[in-house]
Amino acid sequence: MNKKTRVPLFHIAKRSTLPWYHAWAIRGGALILALLVCAGVTAILTGENAFLLYVTMVKGSFGSVRKIWVLLQNIAMLLCVSLAVTPAFRMRCWNLGGEGQVLVGGLASVLVMTFLSPYLPNGLLILVMLLASILAGAVWAGIPAIFKAQWNTNETLFTLMMNYVAMQLVAFYIAYRFPKGTGTMGVVNGDTRAGWLPYLLGQQYLLNILIVALLTGLVYAYLRYSKHGYEIAVVGESERTARYVGINVKRVIIRTMLLSGAICGLAGFLLVSGTDHSLSTTSAGGRGFTAVMVSWLAKFNPIWMIFTSFLLVFLGKGASEIASQFRLNESFGDILTGIILFFIIGSEFFIQYKILLTRSAEKEEKDHV
Amino acid sequence: MFDLIGFLPRAIVQGVPLLFGSTGETLTEKSGNLNLGIPGIMYVGGISGVIGAFFYEQATVSAGTFRPLLGVLIPLFCSMLGSLLMGLLYCFLTVTLRANQNVSGLALTTFGVGVGNFFGGSLPRIANSSLPSVILTNTGNAFRTTLSGSSSPSAFETLFLSYGFLVYLALAVSLAAAYILRRTRVGLHLRAVGESPNTADAAGINVTRYKYLATCIGSMIAGLGGLYFIMDYSGGIWSNDAFGDRGWLAIALVIFTVWKPDLGVLASFLFGGLYILSVRSSSSMTMATKELYKMIPYLVTIVVLIFTSLRNKRENQPPASLGLAFFREER
Repeated sequence: MNKKTRVPLFHIAKRSTLPWYHAWAIRGGALILALLVCAGVTAILTGENAFLLYVTMVKGSFGSVRKIWVLLQNIAMLLCVSLAVTPAFRMRCWNLGGEGQVLVGGLASVLVMTFLSPYLPNGLLILVMLLASILAGAVWAGIPAIFKAQWNTNETLFTLMMNYVAMQLVAFYIAYRFPKGTGTMGVVNGDTRAGWLPYLLGQQYLLNILIVALLTGLVYAYLRYSKHGYEIAVVGESERTARYVGINVKRVIIRTMLLSGAICGLAGFLLVSGTDHSLSTTSAGGRGFTAVMVSWLAKFNPIWMIFTSFLLVFLGKGASEIASQFRLNESFGDILTGIILFFIIGSEFFIQYKILLTRSAEKEEKDHV
Repeated sequence: MFDLIGFLPRAIVQGVPLLFGSTGETLTEKSGNLNLGIPGIMYVGGISGVIGAFFYEQATVSAGTFRPLLGVLIPLFCSMLGSLLMGLLYCFLTVTLRANQNVSGLALTTFGVGVGNFFGGSLPRIANSSLPSVILTNTGNAFRTTLSGSSSPSAFETLFLSYGFLVYLALAVSLAAAYILRRTRVGLHLRAVGESPNTADAAGINVTRYKYLATCIGSMIAGLGGLYFIMDYSGGIWSNDAFGDRGWLAIALVIFTVWKPDLGVLASFLFGGLYILSVRSSSSMTMATKELYKMIPYLVTIVVLIFTSLRNKRENQPPASLGLAFFREER
């Protein structure tokens, strides 16, 4: 045997579960590294002192009372969509259709708001809007779910396509209702405020934030303590095991996706009734996709998701503040967000796996002798 | 009367970016990587070409030394380099670091679209140029050079010879990809990696190498779609978000063609045709109807997706390990 077997320098092994503080230390380290890289990139492109940029970022989010409310509202909306997709993700069912489910939810709200407002008292109108949104979102998620459960149709691709169908549906409605308009629908019921969520304590966003806070607790409890939550976890770990212990896998898939879509529909309702009082194809603002990252970064834990959605909203806001401060293009924020995401995504590897240096074969032999 | 000779070339021209994107994505998916970063990669492919062309035009146009051949080769090289880097980044995250493919892909799309729009919008400012925006007509014209030279082309010439070279390249690449996937050993190995990486690994195929190569080559092909759109279709004029959601349409096209790049040739022209039906300024159609037309490609894709899973024919299924990371020690 002349040919020498090549021994790799190191190999990778799966870690046993790390204590949570250790895992978060790794993530924190990755975040700091990412911020340093971002500072470098920004400094190269703007020629400004990189650390002044972070002051700008913080100012952009916390600079005034109004800004803090907007920040909280954005966190709440992103968290709401993240809460929606999480039950499905726990089941390893990739619902990438959050965007579309939010949009159809919003569209249902707008339809009820526009056409039923003369006939219903305000309280009842809001209730009907809420129900219609939840129903629309659930249907939008339910269609892929039924095909997934019955015929194992790829849900990632299906829900992805449903996003664009929803988007075109909204575009169609706007073009149909306002054929001579500018492609926007304007504020609905601006004069009567029918179907608008009430302002609590004079704050427009407070009710939204409270609803999402309540929802966070509910979803956490549902996943953690209910029988349904347990079934979701089992199906996610192994469908075969689930079937063996007598869980009706098809029913769990459909039920969980319906729930997922329903919460997305709720998010659509909150966007229309509690925030914009209007709808456009970009109302969901990419939250359906950002929510995937929020949920995944938090390891599908609703409580941690409060923190990760804060992180992503703060970064997005801060980055766009940097962009406007230094007269850069708005999209600069996306670049920074992307860089930070890459680092955090990459850091998960060091939580899941460890790298071991391979001891050379001769040394191994010596040890045995 | 419907003008078919006028319509077909425009459908083809619309379809070519989708064809590049879907051929690239098909190769990638065959290795088991569901690269949802394709929309971002196509943006990066476009903007990298623009950056290369921008500096070349700045250096040569005023001096009168602009050479069309270099004017094509430099953006082509830059574009492929840019999308190669994006592909490498995706591979590093998902193959080496075994990160979740959906999350990595979506992050890559955010990043890529950001890069495209950022540099597209502020390139002249960064380079201290006097131009208000990116207009590269010289490069655009170089890319648009066609085979037919006559001023009043016949129907044959309009149908077959009225395109820039990237259109023919798109056809050649997708046919070559189909041949490699179906008829060669490399293609067989690649499919094995996508279907069952564990089996492929046991058979002595280097799973990591195949995943890296397929994804990176796929990214480079997809990036050319972005380049084609900017240089040929738009004539070298960048405007932010003009590329739109063509990246997602390309992913839809992969499903629509049931992972067969040669079918992609016809299918992309069909999608292109549907696309221009929706943007065509015909007076008989209201804005609302146009929006409904834009929905058709996605609806058709959903129908195909449902149909393939209903019929459950083995050769029409998505690669079995699509979206899953491979870790040798995990059985």
